[in-house]
Amino acid sequence: MSETTGNFDPVAPREAGALRISLRTAAIMLAFTVVFTALMAGIYGVTAPLVAASAEKEKLALIGEVLPSALYDNALLDDWIEVPPLRDLGLTDATRLYRARKNGGPAGLVFEAAAADGYSGRIGLLLAVQASGDLLAVRVTGHRETPGLGDYIEPKKDKNKARPWITQFDKLSLAAVTPERWRVKKDGGRFDQRAGATISARAVTGASGRALAWATNNRERLFAAPSGRKFE
Amino acid sequence: MNGWRSIAWNGLWKQNTALIQLLGMCPLLAMSNSVVNGLGLGLATVLVMALSNLTVSALRSLIPYEIRIPVFILIIAALVTIVDLAMNAFLHDLYLVLGIFIPLIVTNCIVLARVEAFAAKNPVLASAVDGAAMALGLTWVLALLGAIRELVGTGALFAGIEMIVPAAHAIQILSPDYPGFLIAILPPGAFIALGLLIAGRNWLDARANRRLRLQREHDRGAAATSVPA
Repeated sequence: MSETTGNFDPVAPREAGALRISLRTAAIMLAFTVVFTALMAGIYGVTAPLVAASAEKEKLALIGEVLPSALYDNALLDDWIEVPPLRDLGLTDATRLYRARKNGGPAGLVFEAAAADGYSGRIGLLLAVQASGDLLAVRVTGHRETPGLGDYIEPKKDKNKARPWITQFDKLSLAAVTPERWRVKKDGGRFDQRAGATISARAVTGASGRALAWATNNRERLFAAPSGRKFE
Repeated sequence: MNGWRSIAWNGLWKQNTALIQLLGMCPLLAMSNSVVNGLGLGLATVLVMALSNLTVSALRSLIPYEIRIPVFILIIAALVTIVDLAMNAFLHDLYLVLGIFIPLIVTNCIVLARVEAFAAKNPVLASAVDGAAMALGLTWVLALLGAIRELVGTGALFAGIEMIVPAAHAIQILSPDYPGFLIAILPPGAFIALGLLIAGRNWLDARANRRLRLQREHDRGAAATSVPA
């Protein structure tokens, strides 16, 4: 690189030029990357607590749809156990099960389940089961069923606003409706389905029945397990 | 036509993203199944395109030509992330509606196309206006496409508007017994409806050109016959 050697080498200056150009360009690219990453990190730092607060509020609102707040008096989101991905619940990841208590006694369980046999992908469900074994309510939290056809499982999309399809599971228990009857009418059960879209209804009915059976059979152990730990 | 009007005219009609340039088809076809979805994605794109054009134009003297594309993509991705985070934190209700659309904007090649074709060579304010005009051109096509698909598919309009304006509700246009025409809401309906819109635009353009030609021929004929004595 030194020009004092006196050797004439036609390649060296061009290589040095290429090296200098690439270093300079890389430095500019790096500077842009650092500046914009810092900008994003800064905004993230400012917004993270606000985002977390509204996520918590949303979760409570969703839980409020299946479990009326009058039924419990504990800090629901702090009283949880981690449920492994069980076959009965149709889940692939560990989830949190929240335990509602009234005057210290067991009141209800709020947990997620999923139906893998929907028409298009998994249907996510949120259930609230009372300590007595009654299913308080079930709601669909996420699905990709055909719009206008199978999406009536979600009350917002259901054309019957007065009595959406999914509310027919409210206040039922497996003591009142036997597992043989916990099916859609087309399969000899007691639950309605809409013409042309039986698969979505069958999937939600089956998954909520299995999840209710699991919660009913395990409720004593679920209420007794220490909070903040894994459920075995 | 002065500069500002021609920028606006290019974005809204002459160089319309969706009908002429046919860029950014993925979000256009995927999210145009209702008016509200179409408007939502469109308005989020207006914000991002105005900001990205503005930023690139302001920094254009610092960006080496050789690495402009990676720098542009970096800037666009950073801006989309910032808009996403800021909306989630400060406009949470609106974010619940538009939130799913915002990450999609990164995949819209019209954002990069306008940054490269316009913002890299033009002053800051003109660039911001160009970005907004291009995105507004996309927005009206998205809303129209959404309206056609929703009306044919379900017989109603503005489903989901209560998420943006709580007092408003969907309007039933056709009779409540309308059975629905599912294909309009499904992806094939997007292709068919967009094809019809493009055909309609081409027809309008062809008619305007024919009129112009006839007008010219008429003028020439008039000029030829009225030879001064």
